[in-house]
Amino acid sequence: MISLTHFLVLSAILFTIGMMGVLMRRNVIIILLSVELMLTAVNLNFIAFSHYMKNPVGQVFVFFVMTVAAAETALGLAIVIALFRNLETVYVDEINQMKG
Amino acid sequence: MGLYDIMFYYFAVVAVVTALLAVSRANPVHAVLFLVPCFFHVAGIFVLLKAEFLAVIQILVPAGALMVLYLFVVFLFSLSEVKGMRAAHRQWALAGVVVVSLLLLLSVLAVSSIFPGPFQELVAKEAANNTAAVGGSLYTSFLFPFELASLVLLAIMFGAMVLARREDKE
Repeated sequence: MISLTHFLVLSAILFTIGMMGVLMRRNVIIILLSVELMLTAVNLNFIAFSHYMKNPVGQVFVFFVMTVAAAETALGLAIVIALFRNLETVYVDEINQMKG
Repeated sequence: MGLYDIMFYYFAVVAVVTALLAVSRANPVHAVLFLVPCFFHVAGIFVLLKAEFLAVIQILVPAGALMVLYLFVVFLFSLSEVKGMRAAHRQWALAGVVVVSLLLLLSVLAVSSIFPGPFQELVAKEAANNTAAVGGSLYTSFLFPFELASLVLLAIMFGAMVLARREDKE
């Protein structure tokens, strides 16, 4: 019998995988992809609780999270393009020009 | 074990495996392409939770539009060359400790919490009209944030165009 806990654990696993990508990878494109994955895990949590509480407001929140995720992707990729034009690299540990 | 359980475990296992593959590939093109089936299976889980409208949006926006955007950037700027360099950041060991402890913490919290009441209650009227329920809430209680979201998208559109514009040097 599938319960709310199953969905919460699945969401925790997906969030952790996304966090793994953000913290362990050097490629900024993969870091952006992992942020996307983390947002999806959070959406899964919202929808699971919305289903559990029989309240559609959780799904409205997911709608807004997806809007912000699209905005974040567009802006993040624009920054990646500007970065690649100026520094010729997409590796985060080589981008340390503002390091004191 | 009913059909619901089998479908849940299928979607969950495929989503987790493809997500792991996506964050572990050295080539960004492979990572993007592995994330597409991951998002499709997450959309399947949304259907299991009777959020059909958001399942469709999940396929159209993150799995469709955003992944195409990533692929365009990776292809246009030839970012897929791995150049024989290591893919992992040098802080990976510390990051691993953080990640594992976060997973343990979240799982323990989820498993030890007690959620009273039934979870799978087949309410026909809600299940049949998920789009109407979401739309009704979106266009009444959340009308102002909805309009604000369009402003955010407009601002982001101009911001992305300004950031990605090529500087003209005469």
